[in-house]
Amino acid sequence: MIANEAEKKTKKVYGEVYIDRERCKGCSFCVEFCPPRCLELDKAYNAKGYHPPALVRPDDCNGCDLCGLYCPDFSIFAVMIKAKKD
Amino acid sequence: MHVMANKPENPVNPHLRLDRMPSIWCPGCGIGTSVNCFTRAITQSKIDVQKLSIVSGIGCTGRVSGYLNFDSFHTTHGRPIPFATGLKLANPDLHVVVYSGEGDLIAIGGNHFIHAARRNVDILVVCVNNFVYGMTGGQVSPTSPEPASFTTAPYGQFEEPFNLPYLADSCGAVYVARWTTFHVRQLAKSMREAFGKKGFRFIEIIAPCPTLYQRRNKLGDGLDAMKYYKEKSVIKNDAETKSLTIDFQSEITVGTFVNRERPTFLEAMNTRFQKALGDKYAPYPLGPNHQPKSQPQAQPSA
Amino acid sequence: MHADPSGVLTGHHYLDGNHAACEGALAAGCRFAAGYPITPSTEIVERVAARFPLIGGTFIQMEDEIAASIAIQGAVWAGKKSMTVTSGPGFSLMMEHIGLAAMTETPCVFFNVQRGGPSTGLPTLPGQADMMQARWGSHGDYEIIALCPQSPQECFDLTVDAFNLAEQWRVPVLMMMDECVGHMTERVIIPRAEAIEVTERRWTKKQPGEYLPFEPGPDLVPEMAKAGDGYRLYVTGLTHDERGYPVMNWKAQEKLVRRLVDKIRLASDKIVRFEQEDTSDAEVVVVAYGITARVARRAAELARRTGIKVGILRLIVAWPFPEKQILELAPKIQSFVVPELNYGQMVLEVERAAHGKTNVVCVPHGGGEVHDPEVVAEAIIRAAKKRS
Repeated sequence: MIANEAEKKTKKVYGEVYIDRERCKGCSFCVEFCPPRCLELDKAYNAKGYHPPALVRPDDCNGCDLCGLYCPDFSIFAVMIKAKKD
Repeated sequence: MHVMANKPENPVNPHLRLDRMPSIWCPGCGIGTSVNCFTRAITQSKIDVQKLSIVSGIGCTGRVSGYLNFDSFHTTHGRPIPFATGLKLANPDLHVVVYSGEGDLIAIGGNHFIHAARRNVDILVVCVNNFVYGMTGGQVSPTSPEPASFTTAPYGQFEEPFNLPYLADSCGAVYVARWTTFHVRQLAKSMREAFGKKGFRFIEIIAPCPTLYQRRNKLGDGLDAMKYYKEKSVIKNDAETKSLTIDFQSEITVGTFVNRERPTFLEAMNTRFQKALGDKYAPYPLGPNHQPKSQPQAQPSA
Repeated sequence: MHADPSGVLTGHHYLDGNHAACEGALAAGCRFAAGYPITPSTEIVERVAARFPLIGGTFIQMEDEIAASIAIQGAVWAGKKSMTVTSGPGFSLMMEHIGLAAMTETPCVFFNVQRGGPSTGLPTLPGQADMMQARWGSHGDYEIIALCPQSPQECFDLTVDAFNLAEQWRVPVLMMMDECVGHMTERVIIPRAEAIEVTERRWTKKQPGEYLPFEPGPDLVPEMAKAGDGYRLYVTGLTHDERGYPVMNWKAQEKLVRRLVDKIRLASDKIVRFEQEDTSDAEVVVVAYGITARVARRAAELARRTGIKVGILRLIVAWPFPEKQILELAPKIQSFVVPELNYGQMVLEVERAAHGKTNVVCVPHGGGEVHDPEVVAEAIIRAAKKRS
């Protein structure tokens, strides 16, 4: 699983994406339909030979979970997190 | 600084038989997307999943019941609707969902479809329409558009395809909607809306079949189909169901077309027997789950 | 457990076989029925449609027999005892779902009030030509139980037994009636509810997570559960393991299908039922079932007047077939004589079970009428004269 570990800057709401690389079949729905285009297919592949997505622009993720809704293999989802006020 | 204590679990995991993942569906198949919308709709609608039964037939979509962690019934080809009818009539407290493909529900199962709609049996029918018989290798189906090619129509389909919302509407379904697997938010919302109604509810989901329909007709893969849905779909709630035919790579009209109320089979049965038998008849207990969760919006009659 | 009195029409009645069968179902606790009209069976569901509303049952006339035969299985998995009713052409349509019921071990009862066949045949006249179909009609290997009542009284009694057998063995049970028995009116005595033994469904006491819907007990029969109780059931017609999950290989097939078959075959001693009359010193034994058994008694009487010792073996449970009894009798007698309203079906079983140890004579009849007892008597007399 690749978790979003980038620092969050001054956002009110941001997203964390969780990807199950081994369940993925590389269909690209999440890559295509992520509105801020945070995902790209990884060059590396999983045990079945598919290229799962990688979160290449984690800062842009707003946790809308469209990737989760689109995924036919239940292998990605996002969680929307409200940033705590410091 | 935000710190996650535990890695969260995919919220749909509790609704899946995880020991059966990954699914048999091809990469880019839309069935899984529809199931994702379905499981999220279930969570959001807060229905009692212990009372939820999924009935499916044979085909790629028919495998849905096997991946969902409810009471799952994988019946014979074309027959999930009459099985679901028996299930619901014998225990009206169950939430019964039929989840199957267009070949299963409308070709071999066509007769059962029209009668269950006519009777207004209180079941939700989710019909994934990918224009092809996928599981068996790509044969023509009742919604296949001309001149697409199939293994049993190798020179191109020439029959008139069924317009499923029109069929459902004309048979008396109380809720008729169509979305594609591109319209994930609307689809999940439609499913939630359907959970809140009673009677024969029908949701058609246009979905890609990358391996047989797309590839054989040189239409690319599942993603290409999704892009086509995005580009060519038009949302027209309350459109005339008569106008909803889908031709080859044509415009797809999506939306919620029918939302009305009429007595369910069991309600009509209770009413009739009470009239005919008076005090001698003890009304058949319909259970709390026979009541709609929410009030339907008032719709102008079709 | 005793019958629920609300369904028991205690008393002395004058009923035809079809009506008596309906009462038998009600007495046995059946509270769901789905059917489709077909002569000569329709009266069963007509009476059900009239009786059910007053006792909390649900009847639905489905759009065809295919729908009826699976609607009843949905009702079983929702927790009810259920049945459907048909005759030849509908029986053919129901075959796939009889196989489904066998494969998913769904207890339910199918009535076939047999008529002249094949195809549309003689809708209003008797036949017994679906007997082999009852045993082998669906595809694949499976076992069912089939009963043959010979009177309206038996239409009541054996229907109660049919429901009990279905629950005990988690198997579809077939009531193989015929038009004659279905439409003949005779006295039917329905006892008080306390006197009617009813087998409850073998509900599991295990918790969700522990319970496996296809895990056999010592008698090879799994316990049962129903939808809505949190068991997350998985019921499929695909070859499956004890969880109900499809497993597509020969080992799973061997494990499951052998058990489905052995479940009945290895228990056949407990399930077979027949009635014997004068077989202990017989020269000729007439093997008959259903309405033909009544004709056979007359024929036996006529033949005995010529000095021949005639016995009768009446099949009450036709499937599983009483092979042991046939094999036991075979070396002691001159011949079996098997009259049936078909061109030779159960006679093949008699031949098979006799292992060549005696003659077996078929007295066929295409159906449409019962045998003339004289014709059967002549066959008995000829059989007695023949040397093996």
